[in-house]
Amino acid sequence: MIVDLAVQGAQMLLVLALAPLLTALVRKTKARLLRRRGPSLLQPYRDLVRLMRKEVVLAQTSSWLFRVIPYLVFAAIWVAASLVPTFRTGLLFSWSADLIAIIALLGSARFFLALAGMDVGTSFGGIGSSREVMIASLAEPAMIMVVFTLALIAGSTQLSTMAGALLNSAVGLRVSLGLALFALMMVALAENARIPVDNPATHLELTMVHEAMVLEYSGRHLALIDLAASLKLLLYVSLIACVFTPWGIGRPDAGPAALALGLVSYLGKLAAGGWLLALFETSIAKMRVFRVPEFLGAGLMLGLLAMLLLFVSRSL
Amino acid sequence: MILALLLACVGLLLATSALAVGIARVKAATPVVYTLCLLASLASCGAAIAELLRGSAPASVTLPLGVPWLGAHFRFDALSAYFLAVVSLGAGAASLFGLGYGRHEAVPARVLPFYPAFLAGMSLVVMADDAFTFLLSWEFMSLTSWALVMAHHHDRENVRAGYVYLVMASFGTLALLLTFGLLAGPGGGYAFAEIRNAHPPAGLAALALILALVGAGSKAGLVPLHVWLPLAHPAAPSHVSALMSGVMTKVAVYGFVRIVFDLLGPPAWWWSLVVLALGGITAVMGVLYALMQHDLKRLLAYHTVENIGIIFIGLGLALAFEAHGMEFAAALAMTAGLLHVLNHSVFKSLLFFGAGAVLTATGERDMEHLGGLIHRMPQTAFVFLVGCAAISALPPLNGFVSEWLTFQAILLSPQLPSWGLKLLVPAVGALLALSAALAAACFVKAFGVTFLGRPRTEAATRAAETDRFSRAAMFFLAALCLIVGVLPGLFMDALAPVVHAFVGASMPVQAGVDWLSIVPIAQSRSSYNGLLVFLFMVISGTLAASAIHRLASDRLRRGPAWDCGYPDPSPVTQYSAASFAQPIRRVFGTIVFRAREHGEMPLPGDMRPARLTVELHDLIWETLYAPVARAVGFAADRLNRLQFLTIRQFLSLVFASLVLLLLVLAIWP
Repeated sequence: MIVDLAVQGAQMLLVLALAPLLTALVRKTKARLLRRRGPSLLQPYRDLVRLMRKEVVLAQTSSWLFRVIPYLVFAAIWVAASLVPTFRTGLLFSWSADLIAIIALLGSARFFLALAGMDVGTSFGGIGSSREVMIASLAEPAMIMVVFTLALIAGSTQLSTMAGALLNSAVGLRVSLGLALFALMMVALAENARIPVDNPATHLELTMVHEAMVLEYSGRHLALIDLAASLKLLLYVSLIACVFTPWGIGRPDAGPAALALGLVSYLGKLAAGGWLLALFETSIAKMRVFRVPEFLGAGLMLGLLAMLLLFVSRSL
Repeated sequence: MILALLLACVGLLLATSALAVGIARVKAATPVVYTLCLLASLASCGAAIAELLRGSAPASVTLPLGVPWLGAHFRFDALSAYFLAVVSLGAGAASLFGLGYGRHEAVPARVLPFYPAFLAGMSLVVMADDAFTFLLSWEFMSLTSWALVMAHHHDRENVRAGYVYLVMASFGTLALLLTFGLLAGPGGGYAFAEIRNAHPPAGLAALALILALVGAGSKAGLVPLHVWLPLAHPAAPSHVSALMSGVMTKVAVYGFVRIVFDLLGPPAWWWSLVVLALGGITAVMGVLYALMQHDLKRLLAYHTVENIGIIFIGLGLALAFEAHGMEFAAALAMTAGLLHVLNHSVFKSLLFFGAGAVLTATGERDMEHLGGLIHRMPQTAFVFLVGCAAISALPPLNGFVSEWLTFQAILLSPQLPSWGLKLLVPAVGALLALSAALAAACFVKAFGVTFLGRPRTEAATRAAETDRFSRAAMFFLAALCLIVGVLPGLFMDALAPVVHAFVGASMPVQAGVDWLSIVPIAQSRSSYNGLLVFLFMVISGTLAASAIHRLASDRLRRGPAWDCGYPDPSPVTQYSAASFAQPIRRVFGTIVFRAREHGEMPLPGDMRPARLTVELHDLIWETLYAPVARAVGFAADRLNRLQFLTIRQFLSLVFASLVLLLLVLAIWP
């Protein structure tokens, strides 16, 4: 019990500590791929500290909700990120929310962030919110289809059980798993506001979505929102790693050696995930906003197809 | 005993109605009537919940009313108890809200007499135990609610709403009448006990199912029978809108469950196909319609259509599992559907109350004329936000629990043997997921445009917080949203006897599960703990806040909005409801509504403003209803000539029809 609690606590702190590093890694790799030197890996931490020290400038028209939302968003994403197995399955509280609930927690975070965009009453905030919910209205069902596919293969919506079932060699390579992986990656790109759906590096541009929504935030509020965004990226990479490459992850009865192995393999998977994301982002251009529905619609159809295959035959 | 008490409550409501006719002109009538309604609802709600938890055998009583050889049968079993609890809970909350809201009513004499009668009608429907009493109560409920829709009859829109409602309600009752006629057979066994024991042949049962779907579905708002609902629900005073949307549609669901699960006998496998397909289409169409609205109450009414779809998906899955002998899966699906009945009635009433409070404060229903109300109505804004989060199925609130259970039921469906269902259920799952995501988009819009941002009109600037009765009703419902969300196990256990009576199994008892989680099948398969999720969010939010206030700067300055350096003081530059929905309209609306945008850009030098007009088509109305309405109008015009015949022509007409009828009789075998 004590060990379990310690592992759960360690996971909560681990994701929090690693999240800015992953963002930094993606930025650094992208810069190197573009033959630039890029900022140091510590830059996001420095940014957070700098933002924390700055004063908050609140718009006169903003309400109490605007000040509460950063904490709400951060809490929802942090809880979700601590429930995704990273270096060990069978976390103490992993049964309190299965994968559907984790997705819904992320949905809560997005709901409130979109409201924050509407709060000040500016056109930029509105454009960000309205596009964000449009993207989410396709990304979320696609994600649910992926969850269904995985749940039907693993016979469970619990992430720990899923990872365990997929570690089992009896699952093997499946068409539905491949389709689900593609759909999940498309959703992950959209949900994290990455190229080709949104550009995390732009500012002052009409095509931006996430950045437009949080335009009015400053100081500690902005720090929390940035940290939450990094956590979300980490969550999706961990999720893909946990479900599709569960090798090396510690079992619930793992000893210290296995835990260390789990931790090392997790760090390796994160680095690989970040590197692949950077590679993908540098090799593709951003889409027009109204091409995004086609992109995500394809994701939704892939997910639906994967699920249909499983309804037709359990072995596909 | 229990039935006597409940019928006494109904009697009290009817007496209140009679009293209201007498004293409606007196100023004290409003508090008296609503207090009496509140007391009657509380009594029947308490009795129904106690009866549901006690799980005693069904009680029945026959009163010497109605048709002489039949009498009026009433029966009170677990299903009636559950639905009566939902009805009286909604009625109680609406009466509490009405205590405050009713004071702003311009003509109380048009609301007060019908309001208690409407409550009585709904309570009678769920207790009726023969076709005659059922239909009479059903029609009573329809007519009293029609009278309430027509309360503000000077508005032309309301008159049209009332007309469409009346036509659709009669149509629905006609379908139900035929259903019971078919089920009772030529012997005329109209008591439900007799219908239950006489298993109808397959063809007859199928016809009865379709008619029941039309009859109950038109009252509940199944697409394409929903057209009256978004017209009629917003037209009534807001607490009545809450009752019609939150409660009366649930009475319709009760009618469907009673007929299909109870009276029709064991289901055939294809029944669920029809119900599931209708449910899925209803869920997505309802929310898409809602997204296109800018009238707050109409948006909420369209959302009712969506939620009815979700309930019918749960019930359809239950039918599918039951037909294939998978009782436990059927129990899960039916629990999901019935739990959503309670959840929807709670948050939809809450949202309509919020819309009512906004209407009282500003006189506006149109979101494009509102904005920034969170500053002037902070408490209403808070509870409305809770309602929005609950209806968008966000954890840890109640809407998420019933959707989660429905998803779990869908995950059991690959074991269904029939191919039709194997292909339909994944599609329905996708539709359900789509409708959940769109609902969140819709409520970001509803809350964001109404309560956030800057006020768009003078009326919105001058709004003031609503009265304390209204706030009490809204806070009560908001608390209920959270309680059902964090302790769903208790409510699922209470549903066990209801479900057990119809599908022959119930879900595992949730009360004994560690940490008050809910575990539909097995721990290793899936579990959810709303309480822990809620606590985790509170703890991590508090941790973050305390860490930040200890370590970070706490300086704060108010300044003008940044808006990329070009803030515009005019509130028109904000995003409006229409512009917020524009991306979604472009993605989905071009097909579903044939949405087109026409831009009109004057040439340089021309001082006219540029205009953008959006053209939307309600294809269901245009393809299904408008031709029928035109045909009826055409026929009426033609037949109108019969009114202006001479006496000789009338006599020959009578003679000709007599001959025709005699001929028919002579030829009839």
